[in-house]
Amino acid sequence: MIAIIDYGAGNIFSVKNALDYLGYENKLTDKAEDIERADALILPGVGAFPWAMNMLKLSGLVDTIKSEARFKPFLGICLGMQLLFEKSYEFEECQGLSLINGYVDKISDPGLVIPHMGWNKLEYNHNCPLFDGLSDNEYVYFVHSYKAFLQDKNLCAYSTYGTKVPAVVTDGGYVYGCQFHPEKSGETGLRILKNFAELKS
Amino acid sequence: MLAKRIIPCLDVRDGKVVKGVNFEGIKEVGDPVECAYEYNLQGADEIVFYDITASHEGRGVMLDVVRETAKKVFVPLTVGGGIKTVDDIRDTLRAGADKVSVNSQAVQNPSLIKQGADVFGSQCICVGVDAKAVGENKWTVFINGGRIDMKRDLIEWVKECEALGAGEICLNSIDTDGVRGGFDLPMLKAVVDAVKIPVIASGGAGKLSDFADAFLETDCSAALAASLFHFKELTVSQVKDDCRSKGIIVR
Repeated sequence: MIAIIDYGAGNIFSVKNALDYLGYENKLTDKAEDIERADALILPGVGAFPWAMNMLKLSGLVDTIKSEARFKPFLGICLGMQLLFEKSYEFEECQGLSLINGYVDKISDPGLVIPHMGWNKLEYNHNCPLFDGLSDNEYVYFVHSYKAFLQDKNLCAYSTYGTKVPAVVTDGGYVYGCQFHPEKSGETGLRILKNFAELKS
Repeated sequence: MLAKRIIPCLDVRDGKVVKGVNFEGIKEVGDPVECAYEYNLQGADEIVFYDITASHEGRGVMLDVVRETAKKVFVPLTVGGGIKTVDDIRDTLRAGADKVSVNSQAVQNPSLIKQGADVFGSQCICVGVDAKAVGENKWTVFINGGRIDMKRDLIEWVKECEALGAGEICLNSIDTDGVRGGFDLPMLKAVVDAVKIPVIASGGAGKLSDFADAFLETDCSAALAASLFHFKELTVSQVKDDCRSKGIIVR
């Protein structure tokens, strides 16, 4: 069972719809026992970093998430990916889950339309099991105004929007993050979710 | 590089896709969930449902359409038409829409944009704008399907939308809508230059090259069409092939 962590953030039904469509058992949950029992975890999210981190703290799930992420496949999506880092500067400096080294800050380029919204091409940096079956001409759907700043070894793929925008990140272990929405990225996104669901702990 | 988006729009009334040449000639042309699925297969980058239902019962039917579509179509879905309150926005997003498009309601009550953006984020608030030329390089905003001139300057209005937190502008030119002679490029260019948020071109697509022209002549982010795709005169993939052959990046 894949636990989709429900802490009051958006887009959880889209993630559930995609997993249902792919035929993977899943459960929307805000309970620690479900997270402990699950084979894999997905942390979705749309909105602002400080608000989401606060909701996670209020849910009492932060410690459970951090310890379980060491033993089983874990995927953060969009804001859920940003929460994996040590901190963010969205509105105010705010601590994250610190599962991957790095921080989150505004995409700043005076010439760019912000948010970075739409389909952008995946450019591969390091091999990653989430890319099984993908070609080198795959587009995925992004909607965000902040991006991750991280070490090269943690960057699996990026897209180009002014500069490099981290698209798929990892801690090198079980933790992965997608800045884009795989559940809204057509066949490419479904394949990435399927690859994630097939990961074994 | 960010790809230019091609967006088919489905007009829905009481749970059926309809298409009217004018207001009298409305006819049903199909099931919206099936139509959306077909567009998805053609490579649509996003799908817009425009709800032209007036009744309260019809709103519930529209949400069912969104709910069913979201189970089998995995690209962004936008719902426009009849969204008047923050609760309407919430219900629509909960049904599975990724964005809502507000139009007349936003002109009459601009705080709807700000409230929606504050609660749900700018990314899900698209403001639909209907405008018409009233002089050289001067346009005003209309509401109620182009029937009422609000005497509001277009450029001022789109800037206000951006300041209120709109994530995107869908710009429909009343002058070119239905004429099928191409998008209104001067109006489109003026709006794209006035705001930093993405602008969707709407109204006027009549042939294959109209889409590429909008992308080559302006910095718009997306182009939307309804009847052209409904009546299968063109497919989304044909439009993309044409754009690609002209060096425009599409998915």
